[in-house]
Amino acid sequence: MSLQRYVLKRVLVTIPILIGATMLTFGLVALTPGDPVDYIIAFQDVSPEVEQQLREQYGLDKPLFMQYLDWLAGVVQFDFGDSISNQRPVTELIMERLPYTLLMGSMAFMVTLITAIPTGIIAAYYRGSVIDQASRVFSVVGIAIPNFFLGILLLLIFASQLNIFPFLAPSSGGALTPEMAVYTLLPAITIGTGATALLMRLMRSSMIEELDKDYVTMARAKGLPERTVVNKHVLRNSLISVVTVAAIQVAFIISGSVVVEIVFSYPGIGRLLVNSVGARDFPVIQALVLLIGVAVILANLLADILYAYLDPRIRY
Amino acid sequence: MAMLEVEDLNVRFYTEDGVVKATNDLSYQIEAGERFGIVGESGAGKSVTSLSLLRLIDSPGVIESGEIRFKGQNLLELSDEEMRQIRGNEISMIFQDAETALNPAYTVGEQIAEAVRYHLDMDEEEARERSIELLEDVGIPDAAERYSDYPHQFSGGMQQRAVIAMALSCDPDLILADEPTTALDVTIEAQILTLLEEIAEKFDTAIQFITHDLGVVAEFCDRVMVMYAGHPVEIGTVEEIYYDPQHPYTVGLMSSIPRIGDDSERLQTIPGRMPDLIEMPPGCNFHPRCPYAEEICTQLSPELVDVETGQEAAPDDRNQHAAACLAHTGELAGSLDYEVTVRDELEATATDGSGTTEGEIDE
Ligand SMILES: Nc1ncnc2c1ncn2[C@@H]1O[C@H](COP(=O)(O)OP(=O)(O)OP(=O)(O)O)[C@@H](O)[C@H]1O
Ligand code: SF4
Ligand SMILES: [Mg+2]
Repeated sequence: MSLQRYVLKRVLVTIPILIGATMLTFGLVALTPGDPVDYIIAFQDVSPEVEQQLREQYGLDKPLFMQYLDWLAGVVQFDFGDSISNQRPVTELIMERLPYTLLMGSMAFMVTLITAIPTGIIAAYYRGSVIDQASRVFSVVGIAIPNFFLGILLLLIFASQLNIFPFLAPSSGGALTPEMAVYTLLPAITIGTGATALLMRLMRSSMIEELDKDYVTMARAKGLPERTVVNKHVLRNSLISVVTVAAIQVAFIISGSVVVEIVFSYPGIGRLLVNSVGARDFPVIQALVLLIGVAVILANLLADILYAYLDPRIRY
Repeated sequence: MAMLEVEDLNVRFYTEDGVVKATNDLSYQIEAGERFGIVGESGAGKSVTSLSLLRLIDSPGVIESGEIRFKGQNLLELSDEEMRQIRGNEISMIFQDAETALNPAYTVGEQIAEAVRYHLDMDEEEARERSIELLEDVGIPDAAERYSDYPHQFSGGMQQRAVIAMALSCDPDLILADEPTTALDVTIEAQILTLLEEIAEKFDTAIQFITHDLGVVAEFCDRVMVMYAGHPVEIGTVEEIYYDPQHPYTVGLMSSIPRIGDDSERLQTIPGRMPDLIEMPPGCNFHPRCPYAEEICTQLSPELVDVETGQEAAPDDRNQHAAACLAHTGELAGSLDYEVTVRDELEATATDGSGTTEGEIDE
């Protein structure tokens, strides 16, 4: 089977998974006790008629399955309805915030890959060297340290004491400005540290395992330069076991962004999610949960494709 | 001057348990176009010897001393870059297990072509053409299509053919074959041996052939070195080693050749095990297992000597039959009184097709 056919097959398999994700998202949110109307009327004295009217307005009087279909019909057109707490379209609310979180997430992921992969390679190749020892210490600390603590620590050191980074997010200009990118670096590092620590160790152990194999001796026996042996032969096989875990890190980066956005008062969707949960703003919660679910599913799809690209045995 | 001259090679592995003396003052020579067999039990240092020739001994191993002269040039004195120009180009290697020797992530063709591009300075297209020719040479049908196959799409025998194609790719003068047929079944083994024979003939390539299988040696090699605990105990022509073995260890090995059609009773192995290469027995390393061992054998370590004259062996003498046993220097009181009975089993085992020797130790 060619790579194209494998990709096609894998994409088709993703469709039912996506449908499942919408059901799960809708179901989980709908089944949590209390609906938005309860929340709206919690501090007011309203008559049962008004309450009933409100329920009809939000379609909450219909059977759950019908509510789901209504919602799904909107979802496929990127229409998640209006926010309950401030009446604006959910899509609009999310689109305001999404670029920031995307910026932070992709920076975190880049920081992770750029540091973890080369360091893992060097640590494996020069086992026991200073770099190897340092990476080991970094990994232990990086995996153990909680994000909120690391975030506050970095803010204290680099923003408060050293004044290298701004303490607050730039207030205007949007996500794609140099100021914003600079500000995003600290939260990105905060989120990326755990993933970096994990991937670095994984890359190292995977490299060590591959370096021991016969094909490496064979490549050397062919007279290839050491650079080619490592970067061409060993690296590709080592990455096979790393890509899957790297994809899972996308989920950790997304979930980590919730805490980190609050620590850094960062205007992304993590904070929107926390606020919406507090307000029981169901349409927004549903949209965000689905968005995160889809992101994780797509990351896995990408990982599978990458996996098949790296390891031809998967394709056949 | 022989093409390859190994002199007093000492390879050590510095392990946690101690220093493994993998080869000990190992000396031998291989002539251009010659087929040189190395036999010996597992752990005798055969693979280490091969890897040393390419300077591929990895930490914790080191080539501690000795010389490896290839066409007069001491390989141990070359720079890494100069050494790379020799690897795969003038000296190449065939591995025991082709399946693990091939990188699963690249096509078979690419793995041949990369060495061709590197050593012969060819561009993509030329290297591709040459690689396809090589695949044809080693008997892979539809070579042009199979070029883009991945190793897992090849059968075991085809994988070994591909590895042989790789070894041949830059017209080497010496191929180091480390048990190239052990992983294969008997029919495929015969095919691969025939292929190697044709190749050696056609390209006039010398082959250092490592094996456990004395039957294969008989069929394939001109001269043989028998190794025990990291050094040679006997060197001679195939005929001498088979019909007139001069070292008790060789005799033991001969009687342990498993042969199709034999009763299992006669398949005797040498009692005991090879010594731990960290702490070797003093004197003759073989004495704990040797039926002829005397007091002197625990004190004096035998040199490799000409079995006729008892004079120190001259490595450059192709016709010399040498063995390392005190019996040949007159220091042993008794003599090696075993009888060698040769039974030609040509008719009995048509699949094997080689004459075999049977040595028996009777005391
Ligand atoms: N990387 C290593 N670390 C420690 N010891 C090693 C290493 N490689 C080889 N040795 C030791 O060197 C000795 C010779 O090993 P070698 O692989 O050359 O044996 P061999 O004759 O090829 O055996 P076989 O027939 O099993 O392939 C063995 O005792 C082995 O334990
Ligand atoms: S020297 Fe002694 S122990 Fe060694 S092989 Fe000869 S007889 Fe046996
Ligand atoms: Mg071996």
